[in-house]
Amino acid sequence: MSLAERVLNGERLALARLLTLIENETPEGLEALAAIYSHTGRAHRVGVTGAPGTGKSTLVNQLALHLRRAGDEAPTVAIVAVDPSSPFSGGAILGDRIRMRDLAGDRGVFIRSMASRGALGGVARATAAIVEALDAAGFDIIIIETVGAGQAEVDIARTAHTTVVVDAPGLGDDVQAIKAGILEIADVLVVNKSDLPGAENTLRALRSALRLAHPQAREEEGEAVWVPPVLATVATRGEGIGELAAAIGKHRSHLLGSGQMAAREEARVRSELEALLREHLMRRFLSAQPDGRFDAVVQKVLARELAPTEAIRRLLEEQDEG
Amino acid sequence: MPEKPLRVLIAKPGLDGHDRGAKVIARALRDAGMEVIYTGLRQTPEMIAEAALQEDVDAIGLSILSGAHMALVPRVLELLRAQGQGHVPVLVGGIIPDEDVPALKAAGVAGVFGPGTSTEAIIKAFREASRAAAEGA
Repeated sequence: MSLAERVLNGERLALARLLTLIENETPEGLEALAAIYSHTGRAHRVGVTGAPGTGKSTLVNQLALHLRRAGDEAPTVAIVAVDPSSPFSGGAILGDRIRMRDLAGDRGVFIRSMASRGALGGVARATAAIVEALDAAGFDIIIIETVGAGQAEVDIARTAHTTVVVDAPGLGDDVQAIKAGILEIADVLVVNKSDLPGAENTLRALRSALRLAHPQAREEEGEAVWVPPVLATVATRGEGIGELAAAIGKHRSHLLGSGQMAAREEARVRSELEALLREHLMRRFLSAQPDGRFDAVVQKVLARELAPTEAIRRLLEEQDEG
Repeated sequence: MPEKPLRVLIAKPGLDGHDRGAKVIARALRDAGMEVIYTGLRQTPEMIAEAALQEDVDAIGLSILSGAHMALVPRVLELLRAQGQGHVPVLVGGIIPDEDVPALKAAGVAGVFGPGTSTEAIIKAFREASRAAAEGA
């Protein structure tokens, strides 16, 4: 049986192997992913992002536990947890499983740790492909936990259907809350550690920031507008987790009911194809360059003899002529 | 194309109360360019085997200070074999009496490291064991 068939058959070891091959971008992995691609599209993908130390891993652990307690109807859950790679050694410590030990022994749960391997968007380059493979393998809900992210790490919103942004009291003043970026990608906002002093202030700051971001937040005629709810949780005690799960479910219904799911999926596929195309065109372009030509241009820009845009224009012209 | 980073699991089975040694090793392996999955204290052999499977690791390091290694280590090896990961090398560190080392090695452990082993030696052992396993697979 091929690796792809074994994955579709529910073999966990084969799935784990496939994820490694995809992460390493091997031809074998990409081929197997292509073979199972038609089986994707069933899972609901939930992104969980937020600053380091807000309790994302603990929250993900509790959310998965809660989802798995729904009895016979409980969805199966895959978790992809991304941690940063060291820019110096390329190594990484992937420690998210420390907070997910409650999920051990449940065959309806599959946890995979990933290093960011130099990507800056909060997820690794291969994260989207890993999620596809887990989707094809039949998991109902896929939770993607990003690197502890701050303000600009918004790549997760392209991979996830529902993006949960986690905040905690005492991390910054209300100006942090209205900075563009991470707040705008939130479909659900969570103030975790809400038993700590200052939680009320954080909740209030987020709610007023949301009012600014969604001035027309009302049910418009014939068009439902999603206003991200702001929830308070204490993940270490499991408080507020039911509400979080409910909000995610409600957001999914909203996406499906309003037709926004189709629009999001299209935007996601488009941006994914564009990224792949960019990568392939660049590789093809560079491999068609005469030896040393690109390096020579780099040196010219370095010496300030040529502006970057001018350098690219010349390279492209040369290739068109050649 | 640079070689892909090795993925290793560092786990502490049993009831040990602290994991300073395991963390030192985890950091050293990270600084050597490996991706280290660290699972924290008080792991059962079942939890370790499950993590090894889901993470598809190239090698496993077990840190044991409690003296329960002769029970815990063979159990981990047995579970790995049962789930089709018998080829994944297992290295053991911690307080292991010399007289237990031959038995652990006979059970299939790829290396045993006592206190005072240099991190260089441990990094080298992980690299070599992973390479040998990949070539044998």
